[in-house]
Amino acid sequence: MYWEPERECMAREDLEQLQLERLQSTLYRVGTHVPFYRKKFDELKFNYDDVRSLDDIRRLPFTEKQDLRSNYPYGLFAIPLRDVVRVHSSSGTTGLATVVGYSRNDIRTWSNLVGRVLTAAGVTNNDVIQIAFGYGLFTGGFGLHYGAERIGASVIPISAGNTKRQIQIMQDFKTTALVCTPSYALVMAAAMMEMGVNPNGLSLRFGLFGGEPWSEAMRTEIHEKLGITATDNYGLSEVMGPGVAGECQQCNGLHINEDHFLLEVVDPVTLEPVAEGEVGELVITTLTKEAFPMIRYRTRDLTRFIPEPCACGRTMKRMQRVMGRSDDMLIIKGVNVFPIQIEKVLFEVEGTEPHYQIIVERENHTDKVTVLVEVVEAIFFDEMKKQRQIVDHIKARLAAELGVSVEVKIVEEKSIERSMGKSQRVIDKRKI
Amino acid sequence: MLKIRNLDAGYGKLRVLKNISLHVKAGEIVTMIGANGAGKTTLLHTIIGLVRASAGAIEFQQKEHTGSCAQKIVAAGCTLVPEGRQVFASMTVEENLILGGYMLQRREGKDAVLRELQYQYDLFPVLRERREQYAGTLSGGEQQMLAMGRSLMSRPRLVMMDEPSTGLAPLIVREIFKIITRLRDEGNTVLLVEQNATAALGIADRGYVLEVGKVILQGPAADLLANSDVQRAYLGREKIG
Repeated sequence: MYWEPERECMAREDLEQLQLERLQSTLYRVGTHVPFYRKKFDELKFNYDDVRSLDDIRRLPFTEKQDLRSNYPYGLFAIPLRDVVRVHSSSGTTGLATVVGYSRNDIRTWSNLVGRVLTAAGVTNNDVIQIAFGYGLFTGGFGLHYGAERIGASVIPISAGNTKRQIQIMQDFKTTALVCTPSYALVMAAAMMEMGVNPNGLSLRFGLFGGEPWSEAMRTEIHEKLGITATDNYGLSEVMGPGVAGECQQCNGLHINEDHFLLEVVDPVTLEPVAEGEVGELVITTLTKEAFPMIRYRTRDLTRFIPEPCACGRTMKRMQRVMGRSDDMLIIKGVNVFPIQIEKVLFEVEGTEPHYQIIVERENHTDKVTVLVEVVEAIFFDEMKKQRQIVDHIKARLAAELGVSVEVKIVEEKSIERSMGKSQRVIDKRKI
Repeated sequence: MLKIRNLDAGYGKLRVLKNISLHVKAGEIVTMIGANGAGKTTLLHTIIGLVRASAGAIEFQQKEHTGSCAQKIVAAGCTLVPEGRQVFASMTVEENLILGGYMLQRREGKDAVLRELQYQYDLFPVLRERREQYAGTLSGGEQQMLAMGRSLMSRPRLVMMDEPSTGLAPLIVREIFKIITRLRDEGNTVLLVEQNATAALGIADRGYVLEVGKVILQGPAADLLANSDVQRAYLGREKIG
């Protein structure tokens, strides 16, 4: 099922023509309407009239989160405020909030692109969709909401939180599709167990997850615990919100809405493009945004392009699920460590829960990493010797995966704080 | 059907078109709107081969046509309804139409031209009524229809129209635009250059906004109609803000 087959399945050659046309008019608009970009272009002696191919974009500088902050609140808007119909703010996971705006057309585009993502994930106008993303300034709730309404699904705008009520409504309203963060899906699954609700008795069929990195093992776990097809979708408020990319039911990578976004994957250190299919940092340029165009925004999200065509028939290129953030990357004794690697190992160890926290400290000028892992009750109250064994096992597996040794501590179930939204996985106490 | 990449063109040292990229797909009405002097006519003349491109590429029907002479691209199925009709005033309506069929006659013979003539009379009944009349005696609207019919006589794949609404009464404009819509519905492809942005965006599938030789906006016609810049600059609508 496609929402806009003429676009989602368009010939690559036609897509490139469309991208170039849109890039050229976007650069014209930011170059004339946004002082920040005009200044940058002038400094570089960059003339947007000279952009003759998509690769020419590499001659432009990156836009960083800091640029959004220094132009707070409206400095990067490309249209007058009277034509802006909506203002959102980034979730501020990593510091000061940033402000983004939408024109009437932007909202329409947004709805359509999320409509594509939902349709690709299997949602139709027959579905009852429970949106457990936060509404308000966060783009997640509204983005999914608009897309779901656009395709005609029945929307329950429940927003985040109040897990018991979520489950009650899911039962009573016969919810067929759930939208939330993947970690919250597991929180719900656990709460169902507690409430004595059998997930197999629910009408739930699809789960669309986003907002934080997650692993393949987590997908399997969600699938097993809730009995649903779990797909990933990607977006960030700086470029639009949800709707940038989403998985089809093949569940093997997210189709990028390339007719609206130009994506690059660059090496986070050298900032040069990586070889096709290599992991790097995602950089996004918007091609159709009116109110808040973005040129080469450094997302800090780590991913790679999947060059092979997908069996679903979409021609839009895929990216792998986000594997972590380039600024989340921990440098432990000089080794690059991503939290997602730790998560992957924990999922493979019998008896551990998918909840963990990584604490980084510095003792005697040496980095020390402790991973707190929740284990099932049976193990926690088991004899010391067995506990010892499991700790050693996890340690050995982590050392092999990360290439650096870490401490492991097991903790009781539910002793790590649960989040309704994005989980805080890393606590870095180092003062450098 | 038509793909243009990074086109530059002008007259002498004057660079009129700057890095224009656009495309037209089969079965679409694509409109190019813009003020006087934006380069709309120059663009059409560059596509048809009357003005030479100084850079960029024009691809028509998967074939490179940059720098081709007018005969070649016309033979490939691209035709232009010129601005200001330019009918042959001292010839009759029917003579004008038959003249427009010379490519068809060369390709398929005289009978095909006569069949096509009947088709044009069905499309523009008023031309049948006036077929013995000198073209110079027609009203502006009728001349526009004649100019369109004359171009369509060659059974083109792409019809380009330069300001078909110029100097016509609103009622006639509506009729002309209805006919353009009908052409699209019958499978024709149209590139429509217009100053009358409301009317053009009203019937088009997609649009491009040209300003001083550059495409400054493009997108679905409905989006352009809703765009405030377009509303202010081309639709004469100013919101009180």
